[in-house]
Amino acid sequence: MQRSRDAALKFFIDLHLCPSLESQKETELMIRKSAELGYKAVGVPLPIKNHKDLAKKISKICDEAGLDFISRIDLEPSNATELLRNLRLLRRKVEIISVKCMSKSVARQAAKDRRVDILSFSPLDVRKRFFDSAEAELASETNASLEIDMAPLLYLQGHRRIRLISKLREEVYIAKKHDVPIIISSGACELKLLRKPGDLSSLGYLFGLDPNDAEKALSENPKAIIERNRKKLSPNYVAPGIYVIRRGKDCPDG
Amino acid sequence: MPRRLRRRYVAVKVESNGEVKKEDLFYAIWNNVLRLFGEYGASQTDLRLIEYSPEDNLAVIRCSHKSLPMVKASITCVTRIGRESAALHIQLVSGTLKSLKRKLSERIKKE
Repeated sequence: MQRSRDAALKFFIDLHLCPSLESQKETELMIRKSAELGYKAVGVPLPIKNHKDLAKKISKICDEAGLDFISRIDLEPSNATELLRNLRLLRRKVEIISVKCMSKSVARQAAKDRRVDILSFSPLDVRKRFFDSAEAELASETNASLEIDMAPLLYLQGHRRIRLISKLREEVYIAKKHDVPIIISSGACELKLLRKPGDLSSLGYLFGLDPNDAEKALSENPKAIIERNRKKLSPNYVAPGIYVIRRGKDCPDG
Repeated sequence: MPRRLRRRYVAVKVESNGEVKKEDLFYAIWNNVLRLFGEYGASQTDLRLIEYSPEDNLAVIRCSHKSLPMVKASITCVTRIGRESAALHIQLVSGTLKSLKRKLSERIKKE
C-alpha cells in the first residue's frame, strides 16, 4: 500500500522512447500516451544531423503533453576513434549521450569516458552484450549507467527471449556488485509496446531486479543523469565544482 | 497447512484494436505465464479471470499472493489477444475483491 502511494508521487522517466521521427503524428501519439501512462519526462533519441530542429519540434509536443523533454543522441560507432570524434562534436549539444556498443573495443572506450552517460547493448544478439566485470569496473569509475530496454522482452519469443533474460540476469548481478546505476527504459517504437512505469518495474522480476531497485532505475537513476548534465550544460558551469554565481557590475573587479 | 490461501485481485485495463473476448483475454495471460514460468510456475499461480467488462475494457484477475510478481510480469508481456495486437495495463492490486472495487470507484471519481 505504502509502496503504491510512493510510486504515484515518483518522477518516472522513460529515457528511451523511439517513435519514428518522420511521422509527426506517431511521435505525438506516443508522447501523449507516455504522459497518460504516468511518465513525467521522456528522452527521445535524435539523429546526429539536424538534431537541433527536431529537438525544438519534439520539445513543443512534450510541452503540450505536460512532459519534460530530454534530448538524447544514440551513438553507434564502429570503432573507438569514431566514438571519440563524435563525443567531441556532440557532448555539449545534447543532454544525454548513449553509446550502443557493438564491439568490445567500443564498449571499453565508452565505459572509461566520462562524457558517456549510458551504455547500451544489442538486445537481439546476446553475444554482442559486452557488459562483464571489467566493463562494470570501468563504468563505475566514470558513473556511466547500464540501460535495459524492455520492449525486446515483449516482442521476442522462445529461445531468443530466454537467452536475453538469462544475459540480463547476469548483467544486473554484475552491475549491482560494482555499483553501476541501472536504467530501465521502454525502448518502444510503437504504441502497443508502451507500458506503465509500474508494469515495467514488475518485468524486473524476470532478471532478478527487486521492485525497489526497478523503481529507482525508472526514476532516481535517470533523474540523477539529467540533473548532472543540465548543470554542466548551463552557461554558469565552468569546470567540475566551479560555477558562476553572479555576473554584472556589482561583481568585484578582482 | 495455512489456514486459508492468501489471494490478490488485479484490475487490468485492456487496450486492443479489435473486440476482445473473455476467453481470449484469459488465454493470452495464461499463455504468457506458461511461456515465462513453465507448467510448474503456472501451477502456483491459481489464476482466474473473475470479471471482464468489454464496455469499460476492464478485467479483474485473481491469483495467489505468492505468485503476484509472476502474474504481473506475465500480464505486462501480453502483446496480442486473439489475432489482434493488444496491451494490458495493471491499474490496481488489492487483497479482496471488495476493496479492489472500492479503490477503483474512488479512482474513477477522482478522474
